[in-house]
Amino acid sequence: MISQIFILSSKGDHLIYKDFRGESGDDAVGVFYEKVTALTGDQPPVVMSHKGLHFVHVRQGGLYWVATTTADSSPFTIIEFLNRLSALVKDYCGSLSEKSVQMNFALIYELLDEAVDYGYIQTTSSDVLKNFIQTEAVSSRPFSLFDLSNVGLFGAETQQSKVAPSSAATRPIQSSREQGGKSEIFVDVIERMSVVIGSNGMLMKADVEGEIRVKCYLPNCSEMRIGLNEEFSIGKSQLRGYGAAVRVDEVSFHQMVQLDEFDSHRILRLCPSQGEQMVMQYQLSDDLPSAPPFRLFPTIERDSGGRLLMYLKLRCDLPPKSAAINVAATIPVPKGSLSLSQELSSPDQSAELKPQSRAVVWKIPRFTGGMQLSALFKLEVPGLSSASLLEVGPVGLSFELPKLTATGLQIRFLRLSPVQPGPSQRWVRYVTHSDSYTIRI
Amino acid sequence: MPYLGGEETVRELRRALSNPNVQSDQLRYRNTILKVIRAMSQGVDMSGLFSEMVKACATVDVVQKKLVYVFLCSYAALNPELSLLVINTLRKDCQDPNPMVRSLALRNMTNLRLPSLVEYVEQPLTAGLRDRAACVRRVAVLGWAKLHNLQASSEIDAAVVNELYSLLRDPDPVVMVNCLRALEEILKDEGGVAINKPITHHLLNRLKECDIWGQCQVLRVLQRYRPQSEDELFDILSLLDASLVSPHPPIMAATLSLFLSLCSGQPAVSLAALERVRGPLLAACGSGSREMRFTALCHIQLLLRSIPGLMGAHYKRFFCGYAEPAYIKQRKMQVLVELVNDENVAMLLDELKGYCTDVNAETAQAAITAIGRIGRSYSDRCLEILTGLLGLKQDHITSAVVQTMRDLVWVCPQCSDTVCFALEGCEETLQDSQGRQALLWLLGVYGERVSSAPYTLEVFIDGVRSEASLGVKMELLTATMRLFLCRPAETQDMLGRLLHYCIEEETDMCVRDQALLYYRLLHCGIEETRKVLQGRRSDPSLGVLIGRPAEPVSQWARSFNTLEPLRQGSIETESVSRGSPEHTMFDPKPNADLSNTLDCSRIEKVHSDGDGRCSDSSADILASSVAAPLSLSLFPALSPEEFERLWLQQLALHAEQGEAGEEDFVWMEECVRCPTIPRCSPQSLQAAMQLVNIQTLAFTPPQTLPWRVYLYTHTCLDDAPHSTLILGELLYTGEEPQKAEVHKGSADGGVGVEGIEDEQARQGMEATADGGQEAVKVTLRQQPRDDKALKGFLSILTTVLHTLSSERA
Repeated sequence: MISQIFILSSKGDHLIYKDFRGESGDDAVGVFYEKVTALTGDQPPVVMSHKGLHFVHVRQGGLYWVATTTADSSPFTIIEFLNRLSALVKDYCGSLSEKSVQMNFALIYELLDEAVDYGYIQTTSSDVLKNFIQTEAVSSRPFSLFDLSNVGLFGAETQQSKVAPSSAATRPIQSSREQGGKSEIFVDVIERMSVVIGSNGMLMKADVEGEIRVKCYLPNCSEMRIGLNEEFSIGKSQLRGYGAAVRVDEVSFHQMVQLDEFDSHRILRLCPSQGEQMVMQYQLSDDLPSAPPFRLFPTIERDSGGRLLMYLKLRCDLPPKSAAINVAATIPVPKGSLSLSQELSSPDQSAELKPQSRAVVWKIPRFTGGMQLSALFKLEVPGLSSASLLEVGPVGLSFELPKLTATGLQIRFLRLSPVQPGPSQRWVRYVTHSDSYTIRI
Repeated sequence: MPYLGGEETVRELRRALSNPNVQSDQLRYRNTILKVIRAMSQGVDMSGLFSEMVKACATVDVVQKKLVYVFLCSYAALNPELSLLVINTLRKDCQDPNPMVRSLALRNMTNLRLPSLVEYVEQPLTAGLRDRAACVRRVAVLGWAKLHNLQASSEIDAAVVNELYSLLRDPDPVVMVNCLRALEEILKDEGGVAINKPITHHLLNRLKECDIWGQCQVLRVLQRYRPQSEDELFDILSLLDASLVSPHPPIMAATLSLFLSLCSGQPAVSLAALERVRGPLLAACGSGSREMRFTALCHIQLLLRSIPGLMGAHYKRFFCGYAEPAYIKQRKMQVLVELVNDENVAMLLDELKGYCTDVNAETAQAAITAIGRIGRSYSDRCLEILTGLLGLKQDHITSAVVQTMRDLVWVCPQCSDTVCFALEGCEETLQDSQGRQALLWLLGVYGERVSSAPYTLEVFIDGVRSEASLGVKMELLTATMRLFLCRPAETQDMLGRLLHYCIEEETDMCVRDQALLYYRLLHCGIEETRKVLQGRRSDPSLGVLIGRPAEPVSQWARSFNTLEPLRQGSIETESVSRGSPEHTMFDPKPNADLSNTLDCSRIEKVHSDGDGRCSDSSADILASSVAAPLSLSLFPALSPEEFERLWLQQLALHAEQGEAGEEDFVWMEECVRCPTIPRCSPQSLQAAMQLVNIQTLAFTPPQTLPWRVYLYTHTCLDDAPHSTLILGELLYTGEEPQKAEVHKGSADGGVGVEGIEDEQARQGMEATADGGQEAVKVTLRQQPRDDKALKGFLSILTTVLHTLSSERA
């Protein structure tokens, strides 16, 4: 049971406030923000209490999504609902930011009104909700030259339009109704890796959490079939096909997915509703089919001048055709490090000492498979002792691997029925993120 | 939020709203209303525009209607009279052919929350329950709940309740679930909606039609159901099995809650259910949403209390990601500590070591504390890491390490050598008072082994004038006194200076009194001082209790799937540092379970001071037979291994039935009637025993049969030349008393421990045996033999057991 729901910006501005039961006072928003700002840590605890008022909040899109509730309500339900609410807002407004929430507040009030009544969650299905929601979304797309580049001479389609622009999926679902927007469907395979590599280069832990998401802008789509790799196998013992198996440990599906063809042909059947939904989730622990994407070879020493020398070689073990983008290595350095001098192997890389997080951040915008990059960092650390070298380590890597899945899962085909009238576009996108990629030194 | 120009905005908007040109242009009208709502949600007081907005309500534009309703519901309570004007429009809308308009009107009619409007609302609500559109029925059902809460004092309308019960059979699942919710609210005083067999089976059959929110609600309501037979129970459980492993965490948690409440009488089934949710819970731990991860982690902590080994193989899942927020990292470390075993300890410590230099000081301290906890079972490896961390010379790390070491030595005295060695030189980096207190305690207790201890203390004493912390001063006094006892030559001078300062110049009463006390104590002589100051250095009992007994599921089942496990306070406070261990280790728990009678007067008599007599008037057996004052003591401490060796050795000798007379130990069995003792929590039993200086070494978990406790103590009678060691076992089998008697008879017949079983004891024993069928068998071994002391001990033990027992009853 939810008493109130409110959305706050990170600076504490009230964006949305709705009181469902009128039981607790109006000052709840102020109380919550005071509690948040009184804390020093990086993120306030998920549950906070104040005089019998219980706040549960999640952070999404840089905003606080807060519900006040009673002590005996289920945290799983409330957190899931807040996440679902933010996903709905994202579906309806196109993107999730302070600005988009501000511009679409009428729509969000409408959504809240239909989704929750008297503190009880009624529905969060976008199929049901779309019948009730009347307000049009206002989307704020920044003007960008890249959008123009897709249009060729005299409006002819160019080669580039075969790749979906990254902003293609950030648009409101409803606008298609009036503007006759493109009927598109996106199937995203998203994986998150968490890896720990020991100081001797041994792989200590490698987990992959993956999901298949469908984002649907089709006005009418009765059925959709997604074919996965034939050799996709679940669990340790099962083996399928002749090629290298694509193996995961556990799989779970959305309840609308029909699995009658899954066992024989690895086909998922579903009727997608508008907006974004998770079709399948899977996990793989400790058994990556290929080598981990990055290896680090560090040399760390003190030079004669009392400076800390870090010579890092970073190797990318992806296949040569693939590349990692937005790679950032975070290297913790001893407390009191003053200044950094750096030697990097190419001009597009950058490195910077961040004193408040006590780390050097080395950024590589693009890193092609098979390459090896090196960097030399010299740090001024007053009073550097040999024990201080212990403070250097473990290196955290964040990156994105487009067009690649760590498990090797692929979408074989994507069929829609009935065959869509008019031009419809189907996009399949793969991406692997680093959830936590740690290399010990 | 104060908003500059608020007055101005209100005036401007009022002008626009009443402008006929605006009113005639639908788009402009809507935009003006949008501005009003925007200002309202930013916190500007817009209540002045109420009458204008009431007018705007009468429109065919649904979007505008919705906006106006948002406004009206927020300000209705401030303008009850004007709200009456809206009712007409709303009632008209309730007749609208469009179901969406009908439901909108009905919902907002009930959302106005004005008691004065109730009479106008009832008729449309009654009609709404029979509306052909499901969305109207949904609203109408909840409307009754809102209405009931508005006028809580009024009687419950039986017709409405009947109607709601019949709507449980509504074809729309949301209407069904809303009926449950409404009935729960309306019938709150009667304990909520009636959950009988037909309703339960109906709800279970329709569970699959509901969405996840509806399922959670149904599962929650069903918790009140009690199946009539075991077959029915298992039918329900097998029906729900699929939900238990649902990929949606809310359903999984609600189902497990239901399982636990249905199977409260069948612990084995509950445990099997916990095993089953391991997969989904672990998946939730890796969820993309941090908040969901956190929730899952907190609930895993609950599960681990009952099945400590549940997640053993999956310990890697609890390694911290470097970008995770501190609150998740700290929970993960708490889980990791629980999962440690021989195979993974090296990996785990390696991982934890990495967190010790975390940029967040709290995370670093939590990691160090976690290593200390693991150190209770794997002390060598952990001490190596902790000592290495001291080399970093960082104040927050050093402070955490010293505190952790203090806690570790208290539990594992065998670590003291390494710790003493590591202490040298770390006083320079210590800044905070907690860390310095810990260092002083260690220097006081182990001063004779730290060569630089007097010099370190001298630095503290020289700086005592500028010392701000009360705790540090108190600890400094005690530490200096203790050091003086073992190294008088080096410490005498500085002790004099410290006492002089504290008595003459110190303004704080506490410190001054403490100093005066020590000063007078020194006047009484060195032996007296030693007796008072040299307390225990460690608490070996905790070492054994580390492998916490698995708690029964019922201990936490009620708080599962509530906000309780997520609270800050529910994090074990043990990791938070505090004063000296001997003052605090047992503070929180005994208070909860123990009567004050036990820890005040009675103990005063029993306790070790010279004039204390162990015979207690309330203990009727053996009351007269003990004359000499008896005192118990825990020193020298006995390790569990040593205990086991002695116990088995004596058992073996006893079994041989050899020449009993020649041995220097005796054997005694006794039955004490205290039926509720086996249900006592180990903590309270242990605390009670410690008050009279009896050390408990090992327990079986409460409520299990046979229930056993092993304990030991040393006795010294005032007139006896030496102390004796007593080992004991409490055994409760739950069997018939005759059996125990027969056993006892054969035992003393066979061995013939002459003199112990004097007439009086026998009578006492028999009296207890036929009095109650639940007797705890006490088996005692004494070495060397001293009958008087043994009887004295037995009477003390009996007193404690009786007190605890009456406490429980």
